[in-house]
Amino acid sequence: MQTHKFDVVIVGAGGAGMRAALESGQRARTAVLTKLYPTRSHTGAAQGGMCAALANVEEDNWEWHTFDTVKGGDYLVDQDAAEVMCKEAIDAVLDLEKMGLPFNRTPEGRIDQRRFGGHTRNHGEAAVRRSCFAADRTGHMILQTLYQQCVKHEVEFFNEYYVLDLLLLDAKDARTGAEIEGMDERPEGGSQDHGPAGGPVAGVPAGKRVAGVVAYELSTGEIHIFQAKAVVFATGGAGKVYKTTSNAHTLTGDGMAIAYRRGLPLEDMEFFQFHPTGLAGLGILLSEAARGEGGILRNADGERFMERYAPTIKDLAPRDIVARSMANEVREGRGAGPNKDYVLLDLTHLEPAHIDAKLPDITEFARTYLGVEPYTEPVPVYPTAHYAMGGVPTNVNSEVLSDNTTVVPGLYAAGEVACVSVHGSNRLGTNSLLDINVFGKRAGIAAAEYANRADWVAVPEGAEAETVAMLEGMLARTTGERPAAIRRALQDTMDANAQVFRTEGTLKQALSDIERLKERFSRVVVQDKGRRFNTDLLETVELGFLLDLAEVIVLGALERRESRGGHFREDYPNRDDVNFMRHTMVYRETTADGRLVNRLDFKPVVQTRYKPMERKY
Amino acid sequence: MAGEKEPGTRSATGEEGGEGIATSGAAPSSDYDHAGKGGASPRQEKGTDGAGGIPSFDVTMRLRRYNPELDTEPHWENYTVTMYGTDRVLDALSKIKAEIDGTLTFRRSCAHGICGSDAMRVNGRNRLACKTLLKDLDISKPVVVEPIKGLPVEKDLVVDMEPFFAAYREVMPFLITRGAEPTRERVQSQPDRERFDDTTKCILCAACTSSCPVFWTDGQYFGPAAIVNAHRFIFDSRDQGSDLRLEILNDREGVWRCRTIFNCSEACPRGIQITKAIAEVKQALIARKL
Repeated sequence: MQTHKFDVVIVGAGGAGMRAALESGQRARTAVLTKLYPTRSHTGAAQGGMCAALANVEEDNWEWHTFDTVKGGDYLVDQDAAEVMCKEAIDAVLDLEKMGLPFNRTPEGRIDQRRFGGHTRNHGEAAVRRSCFAADRTGHMILQTLYQQCVKHEVEFFNEYYVLDLLLLDAKDARTGAEIEGMDERPEGGSQDHGPAGGPVAGVPAGKRVAGVVAYELSTGEIHIFQAKAVVFATGGAGKVYKTTSNAHTLTGDGMAIAYRRGLPLEDMEFFQFHPTGLAGLGILLSEAARGEGGILRNADGERFMERYAPTIKDLAPRDIVARSMANEVREGRGAGPNKDYVLLDLTHLEPAHIDAKLPDITEFARTYLGVEPYTEPVPVYPTAHYAMGGVPTNVNSEVLSDNTTVVPGLYAAGEVACVSVHGSNRLGTNSLLDINVFGKRAGIAAAEYANRADWVAVPEGAEAETVAMLEGMLARTTGERPAAIRRALQDTMDANAQVFRTEGTLKQALSDIERLKERFSRVVVQDKGRRFNTDLLETVELGFLLDLAEVIVLGALERRESRGGHFREDYPNRDDVNFMRHTMVYRETTADGRLVNRLDFKPVVQTRYKPMERKY
Repeated sequence: MAGEKEPGTRSATGEEGGEGIATSGAAPSSDYDHAGKGGASPRQEKGTDGAGGIPSFDVTMRLRRYNPELDTEPHWENYTVTMYGTDRVLDALSKIKAEIDGTLTFRRSCAHGICGSDAMRVNGRNRLACKTLLKDLDISKPVVVEPIKGLPVEKDLVVDMEPFFAAYREVMPFLITRGAEPTRERVQSQPDRERFDDTTKCILCAACTSSCPVFWTDGQYFGPAAIVNAHRFIFDSRDQGSDLRLEILNDREGVWRCRTIFNCSEACPRGIQITKAIAEVKQALIARKL
């Protein structure tokens, strides 16, 4: 085992992690741990753009953007956080341009902007051109640009290191600063008063303290403890709980699951976004930019069905509405194809030169994976699991909360792993690239500033023991079931029972399936017994994370007896603000007799200037 | 680096290697044939799977295996699996790992050609496993998959990427500007933006660099990917660091090592015209000397 000591440890090297690293690295000694190489992160798969009210091509302002975000999230958005995001969006885009991001340009040489779902002028009057983009590979360019800047600033990366545990101590047990014999203290003033406002003050232990993380080095199988004053989780989403997903194989919700296992709550996990236009049968994402550039969804009869569901902005309605409309067309027998199980994305009326200039990658996906030529043929599409609106609860400073209000000193989260909540019950397209930049930056600054004024927390003896026991247990078992069948069964039940349409019956089915799968997982066997590059072992660990998260998603969905945003209950088809205008919080707790149980709680929604209205487009 | 052998060469690993993974059912002897569930019969068209379903077929994957904890040299193993019309090489590898041999090791992430994790040599050509459809290959013969060349093999299809990224970092792959930053964005005309568009597509998968015969024989050569990423900034009208980068690429291990073999352009899964980009860097160097 090796130990390391950094002021700040950032877990994950996608957009949020690297944006945080650029800030933290210039203020404090920072390490970035990633289970991939940074440029492999799934930020790179984002396509359509990043919205900011630059008003480069038409009138716009950040307040309209805020309204769209709140309405798009079906009023479950914390409005203070949405205001921060939309206001800071403008600088976030300009920061990236100054770092070198090659945005598409207007004829005047300014950053070009295009339409995107749910983004409107003057509170819903008409679609507005707000999305800043680099062809249909905006995420790729963000990831590359941030990595380039990390190279420039010599950010220290630990590639292919899997963080498997968070060292989170009860404050009363945490030994800090002068209590630790032999700790090399850096000079600092006022070290006794180290918590941010609301955080604990030494001598009055309350809540929890961060001491670092436990990581597994893929190439050697060695365990590493990274002691840190501050830890930033930027581990991304958990799309692999579903079978049909736009997400990478590696999006297994590691950060969410680790926090949850350490007793931190998960917020709003029942809200999972299904992106309307996944390649049918494959789930590979075709950007909403296809519709922003004029693409039209049609059913088997060639009808532009979105005219019926969202008469004003039609195909550019928010994703939850479009996905549900598509699924409804298929359910009512108007699906296309031999099995009538998808709808069609029609780009054939667009000029091929326009398609090549604005949508080159996604049209190539259609050609490569389905053999469809988008110039002349409509592309088969169906909703695909895309984005977790929920996650580890944070405040606008990216500080992680251990309940509705209490900050965990030294722990930060940003990006898809976090729930600020700027996306509420349904995220608008482009707001995820915005989220990672705004809250990644905030997390990096806050973590470094905290580290520079906080004490070290001692790493307890045997801090790695639980992780080692988990891994050795999996490796020691010689007979049992391989992980793949369990993973497939999990994804099948989630696709069948907790997807676009949900009922109490389907959710209960999913819950009992997950319970049985967890039982099977307790006897899972890893075939590769080696130390080096044991991906068999890590995939098994990841499956454990997915099982935990699937259970939380389904529990939240069962409890939420209403329909809102991305969560649609056929048995409760209306929004119910009286009972459910509140965030769901799920905690894992241990009972007196040692059983693990989930406790559900709620958290109020922060409303500032927008009162909930009926959501029509 | 693991020993290099031509496809089809048997490398005797000896039986002792089998002990450590006794539960795997994958004795690491050469040319062992494995059959996946439902795929034991000889290769044949299996028709379709249900009404209007997708045609399935059996395919034999011939994989170059190397486990540093057990093997002294790489060896070949064959696996036969049943696959479907839209399946890619990556799907076949995943199926083998899931159902036959969990020790099979390869990198993968996004699975649709964007993240650059799974560059490998398929039937002698560098490609992304997730972007290579099985139906586009000749499946009447085994599909031969091996790690990309010129980088040390760590395990099976996984190579050490560090030398590749080190070369990338050396060309200063970041925007360099002087003077005060503007308050708004820097202005860039559409033609100026278009000038370097092609080389912004690079995903750093290493398919190009590891297809280059010059790189195979001289690991010090920067290689096509590093030059592509230098090009991306040299021809960006906002950048003011071109002289520094051109000086680096004027090095004896720089751009002049390119012999215009075009392997890189053929290998690029993003369709970047790499040889052209390298030629443009050469021209910029010549123009600068004049």
